[in-house]
Amino acid sequence: MKVCWLLLLPLLSSAKTIVVGPAESIRTVRQALFVAADYDTILVRRGLYRERNLLVEKPLVIRGENFPIIDGQMKGELFTVRASNVTIQGFDLRNVGMTSTIDWAAVKVLEARQVRVIGNRIRNAYFGVYFSASDHCLVSRNDIKGNPHEEQTTGNGIHAWKCDSIRVENNRISGHRDGIYFEFVTHSTVQRNRSFGNIRYGLHFMFSHENSYFYNTFQHNGAGVAVMYTRKVIMRHNIFENNWGSAAYGMLLKDISDSKIEDNIFRRNTIGIHMEGTSRIMTQRNLFIDNGWGMRIQASCNDNTFTRNTFQSNTFDVATNGQTVLNTFDRNYWDKYEGYDLNRDGTGDVPFHPVSLYSMIIEKIPYGVVLLHSFMVTLLDRAEKVMPSLTPEALVDAKPLMKPR
Amino acid sequence: MIKVIKYVWLDILQNRIVLAYTVFLLVISATLFGMETNPGKGLMSLLNIVLMVVPLISLIFTTIHFYNSYEFIELLLAQPINRSKLLLSEFSGVASSLVTAFLVGVGGPVLYYAPGATGAALLAAGVALTLVFVALAFLASVCTRDKAKGIGLALLIWFYFGLLYDGLVLTILFTFSDYPLEKAMLVLTTLNPVDLARIFIMLQMDVSALMGFTGALYQEFFGSAAGSLYALGVMLIWIVVPIWAAVRVFCKKDL
Repeated sequence: MKVCWLLLLPLLSSAKTIVVGPAESIRTVRQALFVAADYDTILVRRGLYRERNLLVEKPLVIRGENFPIIDGQMKGELFTVRASNVTIQGFDLRNVGMTSTIDWAAVKVLEARQVRVIGNRIRNAYFGVYFSASDHCLVSRNDIKGNPHEEQTTGNGIHAWKCDSIRVENNRISGHRDGIYFEFVTHSTVQRNRSFGNIRYGLHFMFSHENSYFYNTFQHNGAGVAVMYTRKVIMRHNIFENNWGSAAYGMLLKDISDSKIEDNIFRRNTIGIHMEGTSRIMTQRNLFIDNGWGMRIQASCNDNTFTRNTFQSNTFDVATNGQTVLNTFDRNYWDKYEGYDLNRDGTGDVPFHPVSLYSMIIEKIPYGVVLLHSFMVTLLDRAEKVMPSLTPEALVDAKPLMKPR
Repeated sequence: MIKVIKYVWLDILQNRIVLAYTVFLLVISATLFGMETNPGKGLMSLLNIVLMVVPLISLIFTTIHFYNSYEFIELLLAQPINRSKLLLSEFSGVASSLVTAFLVGVGGPVLYYAPGATGAALLAAGVALTLVFVALAFLASVCTRDKAKGIGLALLIWFYFGLLYDGLVLTILFTFSDYPLEKAMLVLTTLNPVDLARIFIMLQMDVSALMGFTGALYQEFFGSAAGSLYALGVMLIWIVVPIWAAVRVFCKKDL
């Protein structure tokens, strides 16, 4: 027993706290970083620190007290972390400059593990939190607000490239290019974040396999959410809202496979879900409400299943661009369904064709949208329902639910 | 003039058709809202009523009313009353009673079940359409002495604006689908008061869909102050021009 204590003793004695503040002996964070030994804690008191390019190369806990401000004066990056086991917490990081050659960030993590960025306020940064080739990192409770210019001159809120097992939780991100951007990121979890008012996508990922997205809210982003070239994604309980525009989507899925989209809410988007070249996706228990198009499923999608979703007050529930249908629709609730349920099993006895004739016409002649809801068009839609000619006959829900879930 | 309008009102109240129209609208709107749990969908069904039934009733009622009160008009013309004043009072009397019927019949349920911008747009469009089609009906009735011909003409007007016109636009749409016709479509729709009313309501109802693709163009146009003024102006023209033409014909007419 005594031997054990003796073994631990040097560890206990080595970890000390270095205090930085306007009234302390150490006045700059840079100086503190220089004198700190491995596993020390740097406590930064409230104040304004005009510092930048702070290189963290040792495992440290760097903590701000009452949000000390680190101001980069638009001239460079704030923290660059090159060591593992670093925590950066409780700072007000602002005014990161913009260059076209280097992606300056408020906190940049390069080839490190177990780095935690917690509870910071990040304002007017080019990139907010930037991970490159790192793993097992945590970004939590940060409030990131950018000052958007054009798409080319604005960075991403939380950016990860070639990472593994990242956790992004409880952040608020707005005013950036993409709220959360993942490229070549695997086994990561994104949950309970709110990404809104970004000029491109609220969430954007590519080649990022086996990630999960839970309880996030994506609102008022320039083009909604776009996810591409990825497999094994799980998206549950997210909210996609108010993404309006000629190229805006609640969610754009391009070349996604073997994924699950469940229990999400799509509300007031121009297009709820747009699918292109996706396969083997389970889409269930989602709510599509007040969208222009609930779902647009291009003919290039196959083996997707849509079940137990609720479609309410969308202008068009489902649209497609061809006659080929290799997807399954089953037991969804469609508010446009007019069938009956004689045997009272809760599903309609007449199949429902969710694609309307006019949505096919608009697909070909977009400005035909002016005649929407006119009596003529209603008549044509009725005729088409009785005798389908243009709409794909195979796109059918054989057992539509009578009541929304 | 006020006195004539009063007599027109009394006459309309006496034959109870407008009352029946009010009740009809009231029952239909209340049922539509009652059937749907979602008021948005009720508004949607109501849209078709407003776009089809309101013009039809306005046209037919006005025409029949005009022919039935022909003797009354002749009698009044024996008095020292200006012809244009007489026709304008007839128009005001009929139009105001139909507008009241519409506002009570549709406005009541809309305000109760679905108050908001869409409902307001629906009501405004309905009132405008009533005025437009009453004016058109007056024009149709002063053009011919024959009651059957007059009603036939009114029906033709309804058929044209309600159905034929959209069919024609659809044909143009298909025939010239390879050309950029966005602006042309915008102009074409304003040439039909029914279409104009429909788009006006749609801009409130289907905003999400209209934001996509070329729909954004319409949103931009009608959503702007200039666009709203333009729509209002076109609607006013659709009311003023027919009634002005009707007055001209009536003044020169050999009764």
